[in-house]
Amino acid sequence: MADKLICRNLNAYFSRGQVQALTNVNLNVGVNLVTAIIGPSGCGKSTLVRCLNRMHEEVPGASAVGEVLLDGDDIYAAGLDPAQIRRRIGMVFQKPAPFPTMSIAENVAAGLRLNSARLSRAERDEIVERSLHNAALWEEVKDRLDAPGVSLSGGQQQRLCVARALAVEPEVLLMDEPCSALDPISTARIEELLLELKERYTIVIVTHNMQQAARTSDYTAFMYNGELVEFGGTKQIFTNPTRPETEDYITGRFG
Amino acid sequence: MRLAEFLEATADTAAVGRGEGRRRPGFGVRPFGDRLFAFTTLGLGLIILAILFGLALSLVLGSTPSIKQFGLGFVVSTDWDPANDVYGALPFIYGTVVSSTLALLIAVPLSLGTALYLSETAPEWLGRRIGFLVELLAAIPSVVYGLWGIFVLGPWLRDHVEPALGTLGFVPLFTGPHISVSMLCAGVLLAIMVLPYIASVCTDVFRAVPQVQREAALALGATRWEMVRTAVLPYGRSGIIGGIILGLGRALGETIAVAMVIGNRPQIAASLFAPSATLASVIANEFAEATSNLYVSSLMELGLVLLAVGVLLNIAARVLVLSVTRGQGDETR
Amino acid sequence: MNRSSEMTSQFRRKLKSDAMIAVTAVATLLAVVPLFLVLGYLVSKGASSLNLNFFTQMPKPVGEHGGGMANAIVGTFELVGMACLIGVPVGIGAGLYLAEHPLTSVARAIRFAADITMGVPSIVVGIFAYAVVVRPMHGFSALAGSFALAVIMIPLITRTTEEMVKLVPRELREAALALGVPRWRTSLSIVVPTAMTGVATGVILAIARIAGETAPLLFTSFGNQFWSTSVTQPIASLTVQVYAFAISPFADWQRQAWAGALVLTCIVLALEIGVRWMTRGAARVPR
Repeated sequence: MADKLICRNLNAYFSRGQVQALTNVNLNVGVNLVTAIIGPSGCGKSTLVRCLNRMHEEVPGASAVGEVLLDGDDIYAAGLDPAQIRRRIGMVFQKPAPFPTMSIAENVAAGLRLNSARLSRAERDEIVERSLHNAALWEEVKDRLDAPGVSLSGGQQQRLCVARALAVEPEVLLMDEPCSALDPISTARIEELLLELKERYTIVIVTHNMQQAARTSDYTAFMYNGELVEFGGTKQIFTNPTRPETEDYITGRFG
Repeated sequence: MRLAEFLEATADTAAVGRGEGRRRPGFGVRPFGDRLFAFTTLGLGLIILAILFGLALSLVLGSTPSIKQFGLGFVVSTDWDPANDVYGALPFIYGTVVSSTLALLIAVPLSLGTALYLSETAPEWLGRRIGFLVELLAAIPSVVYGLWGIFVLGPWLRDHVEPALGTLGFVPLFTGPHISVSMLCAGVLLAIMVLPYIASVCTDVFRAVPQVQREAALALGATRWEMVRTAVLPYGRSGIIGGIILGLGRALGETIAVAMVIGNRPQIAASLFAPSATLASVIANEFAEATSNLYVSSLMELGLVLLAVGVLLNIAARVLVLSVTRGQGDETR
Repeated sequence: MNRSSEMTSQFRRKLKSDAMIAVTAVATLLAVVPLFLVLGYLVSKGASSLNLNFFTQMPKPVGEHGGGMANAIVGTFELVGMACLIGVPVGIGAGLYLAEHPLTSVARAIRFAADITMGVPSIVVGIFAYAVVVRPMHGFSALAGSFALAVIMIPLITRTTEEMVKLVPRELREAALALGVPRWRTSLSIVVPTAMTGVATGVILAIARIAGETAPLLFTSFGNQFWSTSVTQPIASLTVQVYAFAISPFADWQRQAWAGALVLTCIVLALEIGVRWMTRGAARVPR
């Protein structure tokens, strides 16, 4: 299978280069697969995923050096517009953040409107409906699309954020611990969603929950101290890891 | 046609129209919009620097003729004689200092008491309402206070307070005829006007005192007042001083209300019952009709003195208040 | 110390504590009473003069009974309106800049300058406006008055805008950026609308403040006994008119001064109270 995203020698820093968060990460993310990134707190998994859509540099003083190739094109090439990169690589965050001044429908369409897409009302409504279907939220909100986005429950809000991210038709969807703020039932729904989504998109999910990674992903990357320690098929990682650090983490000896 | 086909079909033309590429390989350059936005907001921010700089510069330039003419003697001269084009600042400096000091003497104890009551004693619902009333006091326009001062406060002081104080006539402060415009009236009116500012700063300062400090004092068996004296007041000391300096700055700059009740006589008199004038009040009264260039320039020089002192006090106040309230935001009561 | 003197000393301490607390309560009472005295006299002396004439007529010459402050009321609206045209965009723009680039040295300088300008006595702002607008124009004008009011307004709006925009959670901004929305659009279309209530509050409070200013108008917009809305001519304002009538020796003018003061106070307090009612329960607006 082809690789959608390839990291080559990725290094990331904070505080104007004084703190190194990622060291020489090399990672291949396969197309239409779910790739999980696991590791103990502070290992750099969130930083890694935020480098994949150039969100890392939005933190004052943060920087990244290296290559990240999307279908062969380096997103870190000089002079590129990060905003356009993020339209092809979308992201869902840990804390659901629907825009408080907008309704459910407006939230989903927000990415389209603000990217100055010239679509008619009908076209926009179709995209909203399709995205909500894809996020498994349509049935629950189809009768109250004009209700404020913040009036939904936590699990629903997170699915709303997924719908919002999907509405701009990205090729890759990055998810940074999307279920850690949710209850078990909502978590299960999002996990089901991943299996449907990967048919159309490439998914990278960061999780501190090993069982979640084992359940939902095809490939798993284990990170420790800013380095990519081991990467391989999920089954192999969890049953027969090659590196001792991986085995220690999997068996719960730390983290 | 179906949505997917529609998007495919229009991708290229729409993309060209938008100036962006969604399904083309490669990416565009950083948009012009970001740079323009940052540039615009920066420009608007720089206007603030320009205003401050322009303000200081125009006052210095405007005062230059007067500075050249009178030099440092301006500050100690009591001759304010527009008819002969001779000007001196001392009566106004005196008037400003005395009226502000009198205002603080009245306002500071009352403010401290109010702040302590609001932060230590009053129940939540009452404290909020009283705090609201205090804020309203600060919102009333100066000219309204002045109007009230001319027709209500002034006559009341003249008819009831000054005779009473006059019995202490051996003190030079309380001598002279009783009229409705006086230094005393200005001082009392100023006190009413600066009290809300000092009280609200002190309330914030006291509320920023960590609860553990209070509890430590009470656990030692202190009464409520003793707890306040040992835990709250010392902790908030620099903040209190900051609040007082803030009030002083306000009092110095207060123009209209003072101009309406102080009598506008450029003189240095010992008695509080006598009319007087302040830096701000003389500018208000005489600027519009100042005839000669030197006259205007001297008034501007008075304004320069006012500016310098006002700015210094403001900086001092902020530094002091911040030293107490910074970092205590999460531990307020 | 034996038992009884211990108890007496305890009793004395408690008594002193209760007395001091009573003193603070009395202080609070004394602090708040003038509010009612002022408002009370305003209503009792001014309400009776409020009639249709007051709002629709111009001041009559001395000796003639009646007349009103129509020109002054309109003048205040015009001065405040023009000040807002300059002051609101500059204030909000500068506040946005400070909120988005908080640590650069330029930002620190701007913040410092805004804080200092807030401490400048308003009469000195009037002198500045005189030097910069009245002198070159060789005359008093509404433009000069609005300029002075705008200078007072700008730092106030800047600081409240900065505080309110900073309160918008980081996640909202990041969510918008992650959708591929450019930075400038994120600020204008997501961050600012979310902070809008707070920003609007700051603007309204600034309006209430400048509507009540007199000193900076005394030698900029100056005042006008006649009807004038021209930007380049002197213009009447409620504050200056009340001031002029209050210090005049004519009983009829003094009566109207009370009425004008009542109208002015009602406008200002309505704005202040309205703002606080609008933001009840929300974050406190910094002053």
